[in-house]
Formats: sequence, structure tokens, C-alpha cells
Amino acid sequence: MSEAPLLLEARDVAKRFDSVVALKAASLQVRPGEVHGLMGSNGAGKSTLVKIITGVYPADGGQIFVKGAVRSFRSPAEARRAGIVSVYQDPALVPDLTITQNMGLAGAPVDAVRKWLAELGVARLDFSLLVRDLPDPTLRLIDLARALAWEPAVLLLDEITASLPADLSEQIYAMVKRWRERGNAVIFISHRMAEVSALCDRATVLRDGVTAGVTERAQGSEERIVALMLGAETARAVASAPSTRATRQRADDAQPALEVRGLRCAPQVNDVSFKLYPGEVLGIAALEGQGQEELFDCIAGSRRFDEGAIVARGKELRLRHPADAIAAGIVLVPANRLVALLQQRPIPENIALPAFGRIRNWGPIRIREERTRVASAIGRLQIDTRAGSELRRLSGGNQQKVVIARWLASGFDILLCFDPTRGIDIGTKRQIYALVREIAAAGSAVLLFTSELPEIPLACDRAVVLFGGRVVAEMPVSEADEATLLRSAHGLAPSVEASS
Amino acid sequence: MSVSAAGNIGLAKRLRRSLRRDPGLFFMPVLLIVSLAITVAIHPQFSDFDLQSLAMGALPLAFAAAAQTVVVISGGIDLSIGSAMAVANVLAASAMEKASFAQSLPLAAAVLIAGATIGALNGLIVIMSRIPDVVATLTSGFIWGGVALVILEKPGGGAPPEFLNLGTGTLFTTWLPNALVLLAVAVCAIWIPLRRSTLGLQLYAIGSDRIAAFRSGVNINRTRFAAYIFSGLFSAVGGLGLTMTTGIGAPLAGVYYTLSGLAAVVVGGVSLAGGRGGMLGPVIAAFILTLIPTDLIFLNIDPNFGQVIQGTLIVVIVMIGGFVEMERNRR
Amino acid sequence: MSEPSKTIFSRVVVGITGSGFVSLLRTRTIVALILLLLALVAGIQLARPGTVNAIWISNMMLFAAPLGIVAAGQTLVMLTGGIDLSVASVATASAYLMATHSGLGVALAILYGLGVGFVVGLINGTGVALLRVQPLVMTLGTGLMTEGMLVVYSQKKIGEAPRVPQFIEDLGAGKFLGGIPNDLIVWVPIAIILIFVLRRTGFGRLLYAIGDNSKACTLAGIRVWRILLLNYVTCGILAAVAGLIIVGGTDSAELRLAEVYLLPSVAAVIIGGTSIFGGRGGYSGTIVGALILTVLNSILTLLDVPESVRQILYGAIILLLAAAYTRLTE
Repeated sequence: MSEAPLLLEARDVAKRFDSVVALKAASLQVRPGEVHGLMGSNGAGKSTLVKIITGVYPADGGQIFVKGAVRSFRSPAEARRAGIVSVYQDPALVPDLTITQNMGLAGAPVDAVRKWLAELGVARLDFSLLVRDLPDPTLRLIDLARALAWEPAVLLLDEITASLPADLSEQIYAMVKRWRERGNAVIFISHRMAEVSALCDRATVLRDGVTAGVTERAQGSEERIVALMLGAETARAVASAPSTRATRQRADDAQPALEVRGLRCAPQVNDVSFKLYPGEVLGIAALEGQGQEELFDCIAGSRRFDEGAIVARGKELRLRHPADAIAAGIVLVPANRLVALLQQRPIPENIALPAFGRIRNWGPIRIREERTRVASAIGRLQIDTRAGSELRRLSGGNQQKVVIARWLASGFDILLCFDPTRGIDIGTKRQIYALVREIAAAGSAVLLFTSELPEIPLACDRAVVLFGGRVVAEMPVSEADEATLLRSAHGLAPSVEASS
Repeated sequence: MSVSAAGNIGLAKRLRRSLRRDPGLFFMPVLLIVSLAITVAIHPQFSDFDLQSLAMGALPLAFAAAAQTVVVISGGIDLSIGSAMAVANVLAASAMEKASFAQSLPLAAAVLIAGATIGALNGLIVIMSRIPDVVATLTSGFIWGGVALVILEKPGGGAPPEFLNLGTGTLFTTWLPNALVLLAVAVCAIWIPLRRSTLGLQLYAIGSDRIAAFRSGVNINRTRFAAYIFSGLFSAVGGLGLTMTTGIGAPLAGVYYTLSGLAAVVVGGVSLAGGRGGMLGPVIAAFILTLIPTDLIFLNIDPNFGQVIQGTLIVVIVMIGGFVEMERNRR
Repeated sequence: MSEPSKTIFSRVVVGITGSGFVSLLRTRTIVALILLLLALVAGIQLARPGTVNAIWISNMMLFAAPLGIVAAGQTLVMLTGGIDLSVASVATASAYLMATHSGLGVALAILYGLGVGFVVGLINGTGVALLRVQPLVMTLGTGLMTEGMLVVYSQKKIGEAPRVPQFIEDLGAGKFLGGIPNDLIVWVPIAIILIFVLRRTGFGRLLYAIGDNSKACTLAGIRVWRILLLNYVTCGILAAVAGLIIVGGTDSAELRLAEVYLLPSVAAVIIGGTSIFGGRGGYSGTIVGALILTVLNSILTLLDVPESVRQILYGAIILLLAAAYTRLTE
């Protein structure tokens, strides 16, 4: 059928981890001179496929063809020699070595790496610096430059733009296009639909470890990809998902559930003040690294701040440990699920964990009572527990739900959600936002940060924009369209009105 | 901007950086000088003989520390070093008892090979069994202890006096003990080429971040294996040193060196998390740890407090290290 | 290879039904370990018929108890992802201190012994829990300290020779009701309490949780240091208790009395299925692990091999068991 011979083909690749089937029959055909999107919801098997192609794991079944010949690589180094190089989700650089040493370790030509870095917009970088001293976006660019320096015929980019600021993402898009023009192929994995539809010539969609379909750009409307990702029925359900938001009136003299006054936590948070009312979802909008992470950590008690005050229900809090925040009814859902969960323990233990913070609960457990509480939280969140009792068997979205379920079971007044939908598929995303609305409707307050600006109008009542560790704008959700948020988040004067 | 100025800045910067990467490089020599000064202060008649006995006492410990350093840098830990030293010690003492000096040298080489083999076996055990290093080497150390007992049940054996002289004599002047020369030569001959090679880079890499190292193309298991071989080799040199300085083989003499060697590694500024530190620190630390009981004797204090001090030192230094790390992370 | 999905399917089937022992070890660790223990006992009986009788079994229990108690503390610590290398020194010091204070009466002497465990455990706990020192290094350091102190102390105390009181001797070596070892009176309650604590209490839950992910515990509002501190103190006291039983069995307080228990205490835990990285395992496995090691020791004694060979075989078998276990349960 295809005119040009395939550069890379994966045929019916299968992989199982213990009892969990990560890939059943994944197939992928990559032609020279194309950018090929690899899409799929969480747990669909994208990263596993990438790792099998590049020799991180052996496959249990199926075959990989490179330029028509069957190959199976035992290590990334071997795949590299065959012209296949991947930039993984986390940079493959050794922290205690310098950049030069890292290049030497991997056998990458230093001069070529420098050249590519310059083209990516990093002209002056001291290669004798230790990797551990460099910021994450720089590391990603170094990783990419190193990959390019090997002149791979097939370049795999796994979520490379996931935590990059917008300008750096642009650099990467330009580079991807250039790579395509040279007759090479790029396999591009991303959750951002806009990116994929703008960049990719074709896209393969994985669902539950099976290739669900391949779309061409011509016909490949975003809806078709979504439909393939979700499966026909789910797609219809999502499209018609009702927005549960109710428009409410707030009495002006109502006491805020949470008030942050002049918070400073050098150097990231410089001056942040806002009020959060019961029954409200307050969105925080910001580009990467504007102090939002530190702000959330301060409120959650896992970071000390230098100045300012955090007041909950009229009482100034002394936060020295997350336990203090939790005692005051403030709970955090962090972006990184791995940080919050016990991977080897069963789901119920994960949900019941906060109860044991108090010494009086160190004694015998009332098993029946615990079971009821856990079951109701699982039911409320529709956590799919079929995968087994151990938490690590759950998909990313379900794991995130477990973190939320934990707090539903223990009770709270103020929910801090830090990018709760990062790397989560659309179906689960909607469920999580519906839940956030439900929580607010029940009278709790929610502070929500999301890295995807279009999601703010979806879930919030009000938005606060941070830039350089300061609040630069505050607006009701009716004004918080993506353009306005984006302008403010870049530190530009808001076009409408400034908050006093 | 003049070239030389830039060069100076570069040098200062480089110096600062290498100090940050390996604090032992600067602090340890200073610490050694300070503790030597203290020793001379409390014992003004410090003589060439005292220096010789210090060097002899520190020799096996320094090699134990060197052996541990290689493994710790690669992210592992070897709790069988003392037993491996004991094997080398009794092997040398029993084989060389009736040998001439000329015969003893190839025998010493054979002991080194035996040491490297023990290291290789340790490496195989750790890699193949997938038991964590601590448990695997704790157990294999038990086995090597048994092997040492098989070779020589009771302390005994010996070596030709010329061979012993390699560890006990002096070179040119009585202020330059052979033990010191032997240590410097052996450590430099093994460590410096290793440090500069790709393998050396790989050792640091797998100690620092195994996944990133693997994705950079490092063969993790091969590198770990190599680390254990070098550990075995250093242990064997240490065992030979033990033979030279004690003149006999003792199957139980090595045991002490596992823990003390690890103490020297910690004191010498090598991170037990792997990937950070150098060889100079631990070797100097071995001298400092040997000086402590000597000083205690000079001060008329029970030298057994030496062990207490050693234990306290380990704990205190690691606590300081943890505290510094915490402070750094806070910022 | 033409039908990969079929291959996978058949592999899953094999994984579930086939290779019985392996899957048994995975799913019902305890059962598999007990089978292994029984196999060892059967082996002895076959090699030396008549060995296995009531007296032998009673002796095995007698010998296993101190190991089981040291390993109890080790289990607690290893569940949180730590390790305690000071248990042997603590046991020795406890026994020695008790013996040199026997003139004050048994009760007070025992308190002296347990006090050693408390103090060293407290130091370990402070270092690990509050100052975040790696457990391996911390306990290595305190082990050296304890040992050194004991040597110094023993030389100062040269005048009053350590004497093991009759009560301790009875506890460590005696039997009642025609063959039940007295030390089971100590071990059995410890075992019951420990198994209950690990399975059914908040404290037990937290031990597993910390071993799995201590950062997650902090985020969930748990002050991790409290648990760790209590845990290391408990481990120290258990080691001290074991030391008293050991010295009761040997009837002479020596400076290297409990040294031989360090490796077995770790090995029993590992063989019993507790992960050295924490978060998985339990005490019932450790009990069987301790029994297996005790029987193994008895086999080697029966075979009448010299100490050196015994040491080699013992180490090799521990390695094999641990390796088999680690590989199979991965």
C-alpha cells in the first residue's frame, strides 16, 4: 500500500508486567519524512511501546522492524546504533556528572550537541556544570540536543513538552519540523491535542494496549482521535457531559474559608494575597515556575514561608508540618501521584492512611468502620478497582482518584488541587472536574491550579493569575477566557480591568 | 579581557567546583595535618618510629577504605571486605611461610588474583541473586570468613623478611616508611587510571542515577561487577599489607576492617548514596582513625575508646552531612 | 510467534497453574516456607534416622527463640525500609551489663540489660528519625560505639566477674511440663503481639506505609519521626531481651556473645519474605525463617563438619534461599 518503505514498524507488540497487561497488540508504522503522533489515554501503553522499541524492556510478543528487518534491541544504546533514539519523559542525564561527562558517558559528540543546543536557543551553556545544578527545562533541551546529535532516523519524543514553558515548546515544534524535512521520522507523544493536530502528519491511537486506529491529518479531526482514544460509547458520554456548575450568589460579608495575606517564600513567592470562600472553586493560572508550586506547598504545610499569614476561618495558622494544615481542614492533592501514594499497598490502606496521623489511632483498627468509609469513597469516585488490590496496578487517572478519595474519606474544608489532571486522559479529566464542582457545591472551598489554561473556565468560579510570584490579576470566570489568562500569565497588562 | 585573567578565574572556579564535588579533597589533608599537630602537641617526642608505626597501622585500613570506596561510589556497599582481606592475609602467610623473597612476589600476585576473584564472585552474587548489596555481602562475608578458617585454622604462617620489609621498612630516610610508599603506589596505580577511564565515569554514573546511566548506554551490571572486582583487588592488597605488618596470617584479623573501612569512607566524605566522593578522603581518613587510639595511649586513656570514637565519628559526620543536605534542599 | 496474543495467554495460564511451588511462594509465602521447613526436618530424619523426636523439637524451639526475638526487632525495622546492625552489640551489652549487676537482684539486673536496649534504640531512632541518617550507617556507628564502650567497661569491671543469675539461666536453658522450653514464655507472647500489631493496628499500618513511601506519609499528615523513633526503641529492647535469653543459655557473659546473631537476624527476616526495601512482609514469615535457620544449624552440627566449613555452608544456603526468594517473588 505505502509508497515509501517504512522506517520503523511495530507489529502486534505485547508486554505484561506481572499480572498487568500493558500492551496486547500494539502496532505502529512510521514512514520516512513524517511526524507521527502517538496518542492514547493513560495506561493505554504509549510509554511502554516507546520503551520496547528502544530496548528498555524486552517485548513478550510481536516484532519490531527497522527498515524492513526484524530487530530486537537489548538496550537503548543498541537501538541508538540502529538510528532510533528516544527522549524519555524524565531526562536521561546523570546528576553527579558534568554535561561533558554525560556526553562522554553516552558517547555523544560534544560539538554536535553544542550546535544543536544553540539551534534550540541555548547558546551559552557551561558544559562543565554539574547536571544536578541545572533547571529541568534546560535538561530536557540538553537531552533533546544529545538525541539530535546522533542524527537518528527515528526520533521518539515522549511528552517532551509536558512541563516546558510555551516559548521552549515552540522551539521544539520548529525542530521537529526541521527533522521531518530531512527525511527522518519523529514519533511525538503528547496529551495536548492542539499540539498533535498542528504538528503531526499521522497519528496512531492506542487504547488498552491495542492499536485502535490511525488517522491522517487530512481526515484526522480532533474528534476522531478523541473517539478512538475513548472508544465509541464513552466519547458520546463525554460530549454530552453536563456542566454541573450552579451559579451562586455570594454574600459580600461572608467569611472566607481561606485567606492568604502577603505571603512571601523567597525566591519563588514574593507577594501573594487572595481570599477563598466556601462553596467556591478558585483557579490559579500561571506559566511554569511562577511560584504556584511553592504557594501550594506553603498552604499545605510542607514548606515554611518567610512572611505573611495564612488564615483559615478567621484563625491564623501555624503551619510546621502537613499535619497542621490537615488539622485545620486543608488538604492537598499534589500533581505527582507517586509522591502521595503507597504503590505496594492495597487501595483501602491508601485511602485510610490519614486517619493514623493521630497517636490515638495507633491502636487496634476498627476494621468494619474503615471498610465502610473506604467503600463509600471508592464508590463516589467510581474508581476502577478491577485491576487488583495493589495500588500500582491502577492506571494514572485512577491513582489520582485514590488521592482525592483519601481526603473525601477523612473529611476537609479546603481542597488544594495542584494540576490534578496532569497526564490524565480526557474521560477521567472530566470526571475529576465534575467531582471538584460537586465538592464545592457541598460547601467546601477548592483552590485549583492547572497547567492547561482552557481548563480554568471549565471548573472554576474565579481565577487568580500569578506571575513572578505575585498576583497580577484576579477575575471572575466569565472574563477568564484563554486569551486573557494567557496575556496576564505572561505578565502583560490585563486588557480588561485590573483588580485593586 | 586578558587570557591569563580568564584562565585564573577558570582555575578558581574549577577549584571551587571540584571542592564542592569532593569536599574530602580539601578538608581531609587539613584534618590530617591538624590531627598530626595534635599528636605532636600531646606527645612532643613524636619520632620517626611513631610515624612508621602509624603508617603500618593505617596501611590495611587504608586499603579496606579504598576497596569500600569503589563500591560505594558505584552505589553499592561491600560488607565482605574484612573477610576478603582475611582470606588474602592467610593465603599469603601460609603460602609464603617457607618461600624465598623471589618466590614471594609471584605468590603475592597470585593472592591479588585470588582477591579479584573473590570480588568477582561477590559481584556475581549481588547481580545474579538480586539480593540487595547489604544482605548479599554480609552473607558472602560470612562465607569468606569460613574460607579463611579453612586455609589457616589458627594464627600462624609467615613470609620472608624481605617481603615483610616492604611494609615495615623505610625508604631513603627513616621518616619515609615503606608502608606509606606502598600505599601511595598501589592506590595511584589502580585508582588513577580507573578514575580517568570510561569505566570510572560509568562507576560514578551508576552510583548517581542508575536509570539515567542505563539510558545513556551504560551496562549497569557489567559496571557493578567491575566495582566489586576492584573492591576485591584492593582487599587483597590490604590482606598482603596485613601480612607484611603483622608478619603472620590470622583468620579473624580481617573482621575489624569491614566496619572501620566503612567508617573511613564516611569520614572521607564519600556519599553513601553513591556517585559522589573520591579516593583521597577515605585513605587519609584511615590515617586519622588510626591516630585516634595512638593519641589515646599518649593521653593515658584506654585505647579501646578508639572504637567508641570511631562509632561516634561515623554517626556525627553522617548527621552533619544529612543536615547540610537538608539545608541545601530547603533553599 | 505468529500469534503473540496466544503466547501471552498461555504464559498467563502457566503462571497461574504451573510451577506450583513458585506460585505458592508468591501467593502464600508462609505455606511455602513451612513446606521448606518440613522438608529440612524430613531430610534430617532421613539422613540420621531417629534424630527427630520430642527432645529434638523442643531443643529447636529453645534455640530458635532468641533468634526469633532479635529478628522480631529486625522485622519491624526492615518493614520501614531500614536495617539495624547494632542488634548483636546491644544483645551482648545487655547480657553483660545484666550479669555484672546480678548482685543487685535479678529484677534490677534485667532492667539494666533492657536499659541498654532502650538507650541504644533511642540513639538509633533519634539519628534515623530526627536527623535522617541512613539506618545502615547509624546502626553501624552505634554498634561500634556500644561494642567499644562494653570493652572499656569490661576492663574497668575486672574486679566483679559477671555472673548469670539462676532465673536467667532457667529462662534461657530450662524447660517445663516435660519439654516446653522456658524461653517460649517470652517468645510466644512477643510473636502474638507483634503479629497483631502489624496486621490490625494503626501503628502496624504506618510501619508498612513508611516503608513504602515515607514522603507520602508526611503529605498525609503523619509525623513519621514518632513512628520511627518508637520503632527503633522497640527493636533495641527486643535485642536486649534476646541477649538475656542467649546468656541464660550459654551461662557465661562474654564480649562476643551475640555476634553470631547479626547475620541470622537479617537472614531470617529476608527468608521470611520481608522486603529489605520496606513496605512488604510480616512477622509470621520471620518466625518460620528463624526456625529454618535453626534447623539448618542443627543439620550442620549433626554432620559434624568443622566450624569453618559450617560457616561456608551456612552462608551459602542463606544466599541460595534469599536469592531464590528474591528472584521468585519479584
